[in-house]
Amino acid sequence: MEHLDLIRDIASWVLFLVGGAMVVIGAVGLVRFPDFFTRLHAAGVTDTAGAELIIIGMMLQSPSWLQVAKLGFIGVFLLLTSPVATHALAHAAWMTGFKPMQGTDLRYDGDGK
Amino acid sequence: MGRFIILVLVLAAIWLLLSGYFDKPLLLVFGTVSVLVSAWFAHRAGVLDSESIPGGIFPGVFGYMIWLSGEIGKANIEVARHALAVEPKLSPKLFLVPNPAETTVGQVVLANSITLTPGTVSVDLREDGILVHGLTEELSDVEAITDMGKRVAKIERRR
Repeated sequence: MEHLDLIRDIASWVLFLVGGAMVVIGAVGLVRFPDFFTRLHAAGVTDTAGAELIIIGMMLQSPSWLQVAKLGFIGVFLLLTSPVATHALAHAAWMTGFKPMQGTDLRYDGDGK
Repeated sequence: MGRFIILVLVLAAIWLLLSGYFDKPLLLVFGTVSVLVSAWFAHRAGVLDSESIPGGIFPGVFGYMIWLSGEIGKANIEVARHALAVEPKLSPKLFLVPNPAETTVGQVVLANSITLTPGTVSVDLREDGILVHGLTEELSDVEAITDMGKRVAKIERRR
């Protein structure tokens, strides 16, 4: 039983650390990437890997199955809603005529708005 | 009527799991009443259709989600590498992928899956396909996304 607890603690530590690192990497990418659309991709790392790994880590630490279910709800709703928000942003930018950078030389097409 | 019953069952399950009251009769009665009233409102508002109760994609969507999790994991590592690279070599581009999903729910599942995978964001849904923005040349993999579309089309037909 003690071994099981130790394994559980180690597993959730790993998940917390990797998840936290993913959140930080997403933030670093958000700052470093050159334009609006590429920054959306960096935010996606925080949305998916960061949030979900931390939630799975919390699930391993929950005292009851009820809390596992609640955390599961949070995870599923995050997976359902975050792409909608990302798509809404990208679509709004696209419809208002904001063109993304293209190609390896990262130049804007047209008037470079 | 079938959709009404499914909605009641789903709402009841969510109510029970979120509240955790399994043995308090008074609260269970309140819960039952609130579930029925919510379902009745949904029925009255006329939103009980194949979009709000997407029965068509079950149970195939569970297998799809497991497969998608693997894809998301792989893409995450790839994007994280670019975010941490000393000199990020980005080659963003826009491209069209075919959209084989026939139902609205299937199209939403596909477009959201593309957005959920880091490195690709669906920008616009058109008649001739989905406009996708990719972070790099390797991540803008038209074949992989076409394969994803085929999987979505398969689960939406299994009804």
